[in-house]
Parts: sequence; C-alpha cells; structure tokens
Amino acid sequence: MNTAYHRWRKFKNWLMQGLACACALLAVVPLALVFYHVLKSGLGAVNWAFFTQLPKPVGEAGGGMANAMVGTFQLLGLAALLGVPVGVSGGIFLSEYRFARLKWWTRFGADVLNGVPSIIWGVVVYALVVVPMKGFSAWAGGIVLGLMMVPLIMRTTEEVLLLVPQGYREAALALGIAQWRTILQIVVRTALKGIVTGILLALARVAGETAPLLFTAFGNHYWNHNLSDPIAALPLQIFNYAISPYEDWHRQAWAGALALLLMVAIINVSVRLLTRDRFSQSP
Amino acid sequence: MALWVFALILVIGYELAHGSQLTLRKFGWRFLTSSDWDPVNEQFGALPFIFGTLVSSGIALVIAVPLSVGTAVYLTELAPRWLSQVLTLFLELLAAVPSVILGLWGIFVMVPWLREHLCPGLRGALGFLPMFQGPIYGVSMLAGGIIIAIMIVPIIASVSREILRSVPGLQREAAYALGATRWEVTRIAVLSYAKKGLFGAVILGLGRALGETMAVTMVIGNRPEIAASLFAPGYTLASVVANEFTEATTGVYTSALFEIGLVLLGVTVLVNALARLLLRTFAGPVGAPVA
Amino acid sequence: MTQEQTSPILPARPLPRRASAAPAAGSGPVALTIRELSVSFGANRVLKGVSLDIPAHAVTAIIGPSGCGKSTFLRALNRMHDLVPAARVEGQVRLFGTELYGPGVEPVAIRRRIGMVFQKSNPFPTMSIGDNVTIGLRLNGLRQRAELARRMKQSLVMAALWDEVADRLDAPALSLSGGQQQRLCIARALAVQPEVLLMDEPASALDPLATARIEDLILELKKDFTIVIVTHNMQQAARMSDYTAFLYLGELVEYGTTAAIFTHPANQQTEDYVTGRFG
Repeated sequence: MNTAYHRWRKFKNWLMQGLACACALLAVVPLALVFYHVLKSGLGAVNWAFFTQLPKPVGEAGGGMANAMVGTFQLLGLAALLGVPVGVSGGIFLSEYRFARLKWWTRFGADVLNGVPSIIWGVVVYALVVVPMKGFSAWAGGIVLGLMMVPLIMRTTEEVLLLVPQGYREAALALGIAQWRTILQIVVRTALKGIVTGILLALARVAGETAPLLFTAFGNHYWNHNLSDPIAALPLQIFNYAISPYEDWHRQAWAGALALLLMVAIINVSVRLLTRDRFSQSP
Repeated sequence: MALWVFALILVIGYELAHGSQLTLRKFGWRFLTSSDWDPVNEQFGALPFIFGTLVSSGIALVIAVPLSVGTAVYLTELAPRWLSQVLTLFLELLAAVPSVILGLWGIFVMVPWLREHLCPGLRGALGFLPMFQGPIYGVSMLAGGIIIAIMIVPIIASVSREILRSVPGLQREAAYALGATRWEVTRIAVLSYAKKGLFGAVILGLGRALGETMAVTMVIGNRPEIAASLFAPGYTLASVVANEFTEATTGVYTSALFEIGLVLLGVTVLVNALARLLLRTFAGPVGAPVA
Repeated sequence: MTQEQTSPILPARPLPRRASAAPAAGSGPVALTIRELSVSFGANRVLKGVSLDIPAHAVTAIIGPSGCGKSTFLRALNRMHDLVPAARVEGQVRLFGTELYGPGVEPVAIRRRIGMVFQKSNPFPTMSIGDNVTIGLRLNGLRQRAELARRMKQSLVMAALWDEVADRLDAPALSLSGGQQQRLCIARALAVQPEVLLMDEPASALDPLATARIEDLILELKKDFTIVIVTHNMQQAARMSDYTAFLYLGELVEYGTTAAIFTHPANQQTEDYVTGRFG
C-alpha cells in the first residue's frame, strides 16, 4: 500500500470534514448577526411610548407602533378565520378519504400554491377584493394572509393525521361509529396537538409577511375602527420606516423588528421544543 | 375542500392574465425583450427585471448551494448528535425570520459593510473582471444576491438533510467495508446516491429565490438597468411590483405590472413544479414543513 | 469424553468456563487470533469474552440462534463497530500478528486487509458493474486503465461472474439479478485482495440456486483467502466450512472442526442446537 497516497487520502478526509463543518457554522452566522443587531438596536429604541402610542406625523420625534401591533393581531385573527377551517378540512380530506388520483393532484396543487411568491398573492387579492371594494381594507389583508395559510395548514394537518395509527380508525369503525364521526372525534382529537402546532407555525409565518399587505391592508397611521378601512401591520410599518429618510423612524423600525422577531422566534422555538418530545428525533 | 386548491390556482392565473390584457395586447413579446421602462412615456419593457431576477438568484445559488449541501453533509454524516440538533434548530429559526427584518438588517448593517469592506476588497483583488468594476454604492446586485442566499440556505439545507438521511445505511457500510475514509464514503455512497434529490432541493431553493421580495427590494437599489458589474444597483420582477404598484396611475402602467406578475408567476410555478417532481421519488411527503 | 485429550474444548459447562481458542487437529497458520473479545452497546453486553483462532485458507463458520452475537462478532473483526458511537469493544484481535485494535492502527487500513460481504447485496447503484468492482482499487490510488481492467476481470472470474457480465461491464449494477448482485459484491470485496473475507449470511436473501452458486464459489475462494462466514443455516455450515464455532447468548460455547461439531459435539448445548432441539 502506498503510504504517501494514503497520507493524501487522510489529508483530503480531514480537509473535507473541516470544510463541511465550516459550511455549517457559516450558514448560521447570519442568524447570529441578525439577532445581535436586532437586539442591540431594538432594545435601545423600545420604550413605553413605543407600545402605546400612535405614529407621530412625519418629522416629529417620538410616537410608537401601537396600532401596527394591534393591526397585526387583527389581521391574524381574520386570516385564521379563513385559513384554519379551509386548511384543516383540506388536510382531513387528504389523509382520510380514498380518492387517490384526486389526492395526488390536490397535494401537488397545494405545493404549487406554497411556491407562489407572496407579492403575487397581494396582486391577486388586490384584483379580487380591493378593486371591487374600491379601497384597501383589513378584510383584504386578512383574506390574503388567510389564503396563504391554507396550503401550509393543509399539508401539516395531513402529515399529522397520517401519523395517527390506523388501528384507532379501525377500532372505531368496528364499533359501528360513522366515518365522519370517527374522523372528528377520534382521529382529529388524537392529532389535535400536532394540528394546533401546524396552525401556530402557519400564523407565525404569515405574521411576518409584508409584500402581500402592501396593496391590500396598505397601512394606516391611526387605529383601525372599521374592517373595511386600511389597517396598519407590524411588518408593513417596519418596511415603511426602514426605507424612509428619518433617523427616528429607523430607530423605531428596529424596535418593531425586535417585537416581530421575538414573537416569531418564541412561537417557533416553543412549538418545536414541544413537538420534539413526541417524535424521537435523530440528526 | 380540495377543489378550493384548484379553484385558487385558476383564479390566480386568471386574474393576472386578465389584469395584463392592456399591455399584452399593446406590446406582445416585446414586453419581455425591451429594456425600456418608462412609465411617463408609457413604454414598458421587462428585460431589466428579468435580468435582475435571474442574476440575483444566480448569485444566491452560487453562494447558497455549496454552503447548504456542505451543511447538510455535516449535519447528517459528521457532526455529533447534540451539535447536529442544535444547528438544525438554528437553521429552522433562520428560516422563520421574516423577510422584512432581514431586509432591515441588510440596509443598515450589511450594505454599509459591503460598501466599506467587501466591495472595495473584491475590486482590489478581482477588479480585472467586469463583474467587479464600477462605482460602489453598497446597494447592489451583489447585496441582493447575498441576502437571497441567506434566505434560501435553510430551505436547501433542510431538504438536503432529509434526502441524505434517507440514503440506506447499507450503502455506507459497503463503502466503509472497502476501506474508504469518511469523506470517501460520503462521496461514493451518499452523495452520488442522493444526486437527484439534492438537485431537487436546489431547484426548490431557486423557486424561493425567484419570488423573494422584501429583503431584496431593500438592498438591491431598485434601478432598472442592465449592467455587467455586480456593484451596480439592480431591480427584480418582484421588487418592481412591490415598489410601483401603488403608484401606478394609468391603466397601462397597472397592466404592465400585472404582466410582470404573470411572468413571475409562470416562472416560479414551473421551477417549483420541477423541484417537486424531482423530490417525489424520495419517500414521504417531503416539503410541508419546509414550504 | 475421549475428546478431552486432543480437543481443546473443555467439558460441557457453558457458563463459568468458556470454550478456548485453538482449532482442533493442529492445523497450519492462523489468520486471526481473537482473545477475550467483548462488545457492548451502552449497558447491553452482546459479546462476552470470546476467544478463538481462525485458521488461514480455510472456511470457518459461526453458527448460533438469532441474537447470539454472530454478526456482532464478525463486525468486530473489521472494526465496523467504530462507526457506532455507543459501541465499546474490548479484547484483542490479531491479524497475522498485527493487533487490530492497537494504538495508532487505522480502521481504513484494516478494512483493506479484511473485506466484508453483507447479508443484503449492496452494489453502488450509481456506478456500472465494472466501476463497482474497481472502486476499491481506485480509492487506493490505482489509475492505470489497463491494470484496473486486468484486476477487474480477475475479481469477476474469481467471483464466478465474469462469463455473465463480460459483455456488459458498463451496464448499471442494479440491472443484475439478486444472486448476480451478491456475486458482484463479492468481486468488489475481492478486488482489493484482502487477506480475510468476512461474510455475513451472504446467501440468506437468495433463492436455492443462487445460494448453491455462492457456496461453490466460497469453496473455490478458500484456496486464496481466509473466509469467516456467519450463517443461521446449519446445513450450509456443515456443507461448506472446515471449522465451526457455536455462539450462544454472546458466548463461545464450542469450537472445533465442522465434522466434530456436527457429528460428536463435546457440549450438550451444541448438540441440542445442531440437532434442532432449539434455535
């Protein structure tokens, strides 16, 4: 055996392993950087006013993003009204019923929808809702976010339902319980935690979406009192402030980013930690 | 409920097509080949945006693919279990960061860094290439590419990881039994076996890259020009729609933007469909948590 | 028993005294010397202090009921347990004098000298038949096409596969039948010219015809290689091997020539197993 060549192989082995490790570390560096800067700049800018006040007119210092934060919650509520029933029932259909061909196409369709850029959703809902209503509104914003949630929730619901052992269904059916009842009371109930997880993750996902809201919810400097009016949302506000020329607004954009990032991170981490006990994970 | 899905797809396509009617009729194919974007004079050519989308996505792939595949290899083959789980959690977190926050960081942290350190450095070292010449503003095609790369690394890495994990252990054992080193085992038994799936993962990342809007808009400069230099500002299909839709005053202007949306939709749907088809051969409904 | 004087195997008491090493009927050189080999996975001790000598240029069969540690034993011989983080290997294994688990000894080097064929054939699907055979050689730096082709043909001939694939060496490996794939894996293992070939139930996934071909192959191979084969098929062990070791619950119960083990075993447990009273 050629020892020099063998040494070369050992070196290559060591080198490639080192490169792979470097890749992995490099891949998460941006995460660390983003968190660091958002924390650094955001903490400095967050104060009581930020959470309670409305934006001040352009040029004036101070003010807050209270309406944006409330607006985000309003929009998420509307979105859930649309997304959860449709998504969950779609997921149930995919996992429980027979029609194989239709299911394949539906899954494919859901995947296609998942790949549609968020800005396109905004354009379509603009044409469907904003134009007929002759104005931007919370409805439009809620609808677009809800539509985006549907394919996400469908797939996660389906996956979770598929994990419920077939034995449960068979036992129930053997007892003479009707299929729809079996599904609702037994299968879904067993998988409920997973379904809720999927919904929370979808909510976290659309909470951060800006592009589709640009021409549906549009944004608002005041509180939204009527769902047919434009409404502020946190990511939208962050965007508008960030690209503005005002220092104070930049500062507030960081604070808003901190609030949004914390919200999204907390939901994601807690959901993933909770589900890690259920499914034995290996790297 | 399932019909919702189809209805939705049809509606999306229809609305975009319908909205683009004016410019479809007026410009036809010239829309895609002209680089004249002049709303004032009602001249609309989408070429700069197509160029911008392709180049920024291209840069993103060049950066992200080696990084992601390397990461996936590390996570599945080489890392101790605890480290693998921690890094995977970090990747999932990175995937969850909203685009606008990444864009915010991009504007105020990454772009100045590019302007003051990376770009002059690149110009110094590689300035003989036309890609690295010209004035440096910070906001640039390069910035857009980098930020898209950051966004697609988690997707490509996690799908690749699933694929590598599904390679049967027996293949690895066969290679080890021949006296192969760890890297050689990975190369022979794992990576070649998983080639098709990895390619699918990359295409999936590309699909995401093409449609990325907010973070890109915030760092790419938003100038509809076609330039050879990576330091020059650019403009993508998604960005122009985001920026100019609410300002589109005339019917033709709006229609042009609709048509750009149509082009974007067509391209992303095709790319995503291709990716899903490639990934279908791997067991299980790959894609739901990642989508 | 009269065996006691010549046989190294101690009288039947499997628990406190374990069967010891040397093969019966004083043979030639010993390929592998194994002393007090123990393997644990976490808290679970799978192999307990096994000692035996594997003679060179002979076929040694390892038999025993499922879960008795046969495969674990085999894999300890080419350091495959190094790949399992929870595994702990104690004891000594010497290949023609070289201590395999010694400090500074690299598994990669060991596995070139000790090859392995697995229960389920595992040719590399992305490579052609020819490439599968030569991969081991190429990994070790052999580049000249002529030499590679010669060694490939040599291995395929030794594996009794050459006639069937000579005209389609570029075809994908998976285009072969199950039995052919297994012979391909054997050829692949033989190409790097190992000194010992370990076979973990190589024919268990194959039909009787294919199994017969593999058995004939093994009988041919023992002229040039030392073969250790794990099998749960006792008839196969009786047909093919020169020496047989009976493992039960991780311990070596009895070891001797195949004739002795099957016709007049010294140990009651061995006799019960080979006559089919349990297992």
